[in-house]
Amino acid sequence: MTEQRLTSSPSREVRDSVVVRFAGDSGDGMQLAGTQFTMENALAGSDLATFPDYPAEIRAPAGTTYGVSSFQIHFGAVDVKTAGDELDVLVALNPAALKVNLSDLRIGGTVVVDAGSFTDRNLAKADYDHSPLDDEVLAPYQVIPLDISQLTRNAVEHLGLSSRDALRSRNMWALGLLLWMFDRDKQATVDWLRNKFKGAEDAADAAVAALSAGHAFGETVEMPTKIPGYTVSRAELEPGLYRTVSGTDALGWGLASGLKSSGLSRMVFASYPITPASPLLHLLARMKELGIVTFQAEDEIAAACAAIGASYAGALGVTSSSGPGIALKTEAIGLAVATELPLVVVNSQRGGPSTGLPTKTEQADLFQAVYGRNSDTPVAVVAPATPADCFHVGREAVRLATRFMTPVFILTDAYLANAAEPWLIPDLDTLSDFPVQFRVDPDGFQPYARDQGTLARPWAVPGTPGLEHRIGGIERDATTGNISYDPDNHDQMTRLRASKIAGIANDIPEQGVELGPAEGRLAVVGWGSTYGSLFKAVERSRQKGLEVSHIHLRYLSPFPRNLGDLLQRFDRVLVPELNAGQLLAMLRSTYLIPAEGLNRVAGRPFRIGDIEATIGLMLAD
Amino acid sequence: MSHSMLPQLKPKDFASDQEVRWCPGCGDYAILKAIQKVLADLEVPRERSVFISGIGCSSRFPYYMATYGFHTIHGRAPAVATGTKLANPELDVWVITGDGDGLSIGGNHLVHALRRNVDLNIILFNNEIYGLTKGQVSPTSKRGTLSPTTPRGSVSNPISPATMALGVGARFVARSVDINQAHLVDVLKQAHANAGTSFVEIFQNCIVFNDATFADFTDKAVASENQLLVEHGRPLLFGAERDRGLRLDPSSWSLEVVRPGTNGITEADVLVHDETNRTLATMLAALEPPDFPMALGVLYRDPAPTFDRQVLAQVEPESEGRGLADLLYGGRTWKVSGQV
Repeated sequence: MTEQRLTSSPSREVRDSVVVRFAGDSGDGMQLAGTQFTMENALAGSDLATFPDYPAEIRAPAGTTYGVSSFQIHFGAVDVKTAGDELDVLVALNPAALKVNLSDLRIGGTVVVDAGSFTDRNLAKADYDHSPLDDEVLAPYQVIPLDISQLTRNAVEHLGLSSRDALRSRNMWALGLLLWMFDRDKQATVDWLRNKFKGAEDAADAAVAALSAGHAFGETVEMPTKIPGYTVSRAELEPGLYRTVSGTDALGWGLASGLKSSGLSRMVFASYPITPASPLLHLLARMKELGIVTFQAEDEIAAACAAIGASYAGALGVTSSSGPGIALKTEAIGLAVATELPLVVVNSQRGGPSTGLPTKTEQADLFQAVYGRNSDTPVAVVAPATPADCFHVGREAVRLATRFMTPVFILTDAYLANAAEPWLIPDLDTLSDFPVQFRVDPDGFQPYARDQGTLARPWAVPGTPGLEHRIGGIERDATTGNISYDPDNHDQMTRLRASKIAGIANDIPEQGVELGPAEGRLAVVGWGSTYGSLFKAVERSRQKGLEVSHIHLRYLSPFPRNLGDLLQRFDRVLVPELNAGQLLAMLRSTYLIPAEGLNRVAGRPFRIGDIEATIGLMLAD
Repeated sequence: MSHSMLPQLKPKDFASDQEVRWCPGCGDYAILKAIQKVLADLEVPRERSVFISGIGCSSRFPYYMATYGFHTIHGRAPAVATGTKLANPELDVWVITGDGDGLSIGGNHLVHALRRNVDLNIILFNNEIYGLTKGQVSPTSKRGTLSPTTPRGSVSNPISPATMALGVGARFVARSVDINQAHLVDVLKQAHANAGTSFVEIFQNCIVFNDATFADFTDKAVASENQLLVEHGRPLLFGAERDRGLRLDPSSWSLEVVRPGTNGITEADVLVHDETNRTLATMLAALEPPDFPMALGVLYRDPAPTFDRQVLAQVEPESEGRGLADLLYGGRTWKVSGQV
C-alpha cells in the first residue's frame, strides 16, 4: 500500500480530469509507459480508464504510420467511465505517431514531441514532405518540442551504453516528464523497473536514470520551453482496498473464483493462441496452484473438444478464443449443447469478418454466440460491461454452466481485455458459493432425466460405479439417452433444450436501469464494453435536462424476464452498438418494438459525444 | 472399490443393452468381441473404462459397451479424450476411430495425441473406405480404388497409418486383423498395458463397400504365408513352415526376404525383432504384399512419461501454495479511506 500524496504546487492549474495518450513506434515501449502512468495515477487516488491500441504486426517497419502503438488514459477526480473522447495531452515520440494521433487532440491541447526523432528519414516514412514542427498544422495546439532522444542519451551517458540501447529508455524519459506534469510520484515505477530488470541491472539503471531525468526536467527547465503543471485531485471512490485491473485479469480471476465457488477441484482451460484472447491463456497458465490446468491445443477445435472432454469427466471445461477461432469451435459447441455438458466459451471479440482487425475492438459476434450453430442449438450468453465487471461475469458464467448443464458464452472484446480501471477488491469470503452436485446414486439413474426446476440433466462422471452410460451427438431418448430417431422425441428434445435456456431467465436478476427513470421518452440500450460511453452520454444529456435513461444488458441469452415490459415503457429505444445492428435486431424480433440503431464499426470504442449528439437529435422536438 | 468384491465379469457383462447396428458380416463385430474379452480378462472395473469415438461406422462402438462412452464429432475423439485425461488421469480411456475419422478429418488431432503421448488406447479400424457415407475413397484407399467420388479410379497415394504414427513420435505402435481373434486380443492387452498413447491399427473388412481389400494377407489360403507375426526378441521369420525371414540388405539399407538354408544363408542372418528400434519398426510398417509379408503385432514399444501425468505433476506440487486472494491482493494496492 502507498500513502497518498496531497501536495500540489500553487502554480499548478487544477483540472477535474485529463486525457493523455502516449504514442510512438510499436518498439518504443508505449504500452509499458502507459501502464506505469496508470499505476502512478491510481496510487495517487484518481479514478481512471485506459485504452491501449497497438498494431497487429509485432514489429512493423520502424517509423511507419501503421507501426504506431499508443496508450490512452483518462484519469481524474470525477467518475471516469471511458478512456475519453479527446486528448488533452499527446506525447508523440516520432513523426508517424504525431501524424496518426494529432486529429484526436482537442484544440488548445498540449503535444509533447521528441523533436530529435523528426529527421528527414523519419519524416519521409510518415509521408511528411517537410517537418510539421515548422508548419501551421500545429498552430491550434500548445507544442512542446523537446529533443527527448538527446536528453535520454545525456541521462544515461554515465552507463556507457550504445546509442541504440540508450534510446530504449526514451519512453521512461517521457513518462518521467508526464509524471511531473501531473504531480505524480515515480516510486512505484522505480520499484517496478528494479523488479522487472532483476539480473539486468544496466537496463534497470538506464530506465530509472531516464525516468528521473524526465521528471527533473519538468521541474528545472527554463522558459521558453516551460512545461505546464497540473493538479488533478483525488476521486471520490468508495472506501476500501483498490488495485488496477484489466479485463483479462478480472476475467481470469473471476473464472478461478467461480471454480472455487462451484466446489469443483479442477478447471481445464483449453485454448489456442489468437489475438486478442491469448493473454487470458497466459494468465491462467500461471495459476496452476488454484487447480487450473491449461492446455494449448493443436487447434481451436481441439481446444473446444478438450474442454468438453474435461467437463465430461467432471472438471470445469473452459475454452477461449476470438471470433475466427470461435467459428472453428462451432461444431463442438453444438456437441456440448446436445450432450448437455457444462462449458464456458470466452470470445474476446475483434474486428471482422475473417481475420479482420485482430487488435481492434468490435462487438459483432453477438449473432455468432446466440445463433451461430447448425440447427436449433440454444446457449446462454453473458457480457461484461467494464474491465472489473469481467470478474463477476466470469463467476456467473461458471454458475450458469454448471447449474444448467450448458455452454455459456462470455462476450468480452479487445477493448475490455486490454483496458484497465481501479477495482475495489472484493472480499472473497462474502461471495456466494454455488456447489455442484454430481450424480452418484445408481438407483433410478437415467442420463437425461431432468431436474424439474432447472431442466438440467444429471452430471454423472466416468469413474462413478453403477452409472455407466453412453452419450453422444446423435439425438437421444428424452430419458434414457439411448439413440432415438423417433420424430416426436426429437421435437420434444428440441423444445426441452430451448426451455432449459429460456428458464435461465428465472434464475438471473431482473433488468435494472443504470441511469434515469424506468420509463420515459428515450431509453439508450447497450451491452458489453460500450457501457462507459453510453453511461456518460446519458449522464451529460440528463444534465442538460433531456429525458433519457440508460439500460445495459449483461444477459443476452436469455434476456432478463422483465426486459420486454421495461422497454415498452419508453417512447423510443436507441441501441448503440459497435456492429451493424445485432442486439437491435434481437430486440426488434423478440419484443416487436421499433428500436433504432446507432452503429459504428471503426475498431475503437464509441465517443461519448457521438452518442450524446444522437440523443440530442432524437429528443430535439 | 466396491466392484472388486463382485464376481468376475464376463465378456457379455461389457455388452450394453443396445442392439448392434453394423452390417451383417462386418469386421467390427469381431473387434467388439475382442475388446469385451480383453476387459473381462483384465478385470477392469466397468466404471473406469471410457470409450470415446468420432464419427463413422467404427465410432458407433461406445454405444455397445456397458462402460462409460462418448460418441463425439467427426475426427475429434483424441482431443476430447485428451481433455478427459487432464480432468481425471485415473480413467482408462480408449479412443475408437477409423481411417476417415482418424486420418482425414481428424488427422491433426491424432498426430498431436501421438506426439504428446497422452495415456490413451487409440484403436483405428482401417477398412480403406468410408462406410457410413456409402463407399467413398478414404485416405488409406489404394490407388485406383473405384468409388462414387472416384469413378475412374483414385489417383491419391494412401497413408500408411502405422508409418505415420511412427513418424510423429508414437511410443507404441501395433497391428492386428479383425478375424485373427487370438492375436487381436493379445495385441489389445499389450496396448492396454502400455502407459502413454498405444496406437493399434486393425485391418477391418468392410463387407459392403470394400470387401476383401486385405485378402492378399488375410485370406485363409495365404494368411500364414503373407503374415509376419512379430515378437520382441524373436527372429523375423514367417510362412507356414517359418521358412522365410527378413534380412537387412546393407547395399540398399532395406529389408529383403531370404530363405535360411539356401544360398549359404543361415537363421543367424535373419533379423531379430527389437520393438525398441524405431528404424526397424518403420521398415516393418512399410512392408506389404505381394513382395513382402504384412507385419503384425507390436511393431514398436518404447514407453516414455505420459502427457497427462506430466501436465498434472506441474499442477499438484504448488497446490497448497497461493490462493486466489493472494493474487488479488498481490499487486500494487492502495487504500481509499472514508473521507476524501
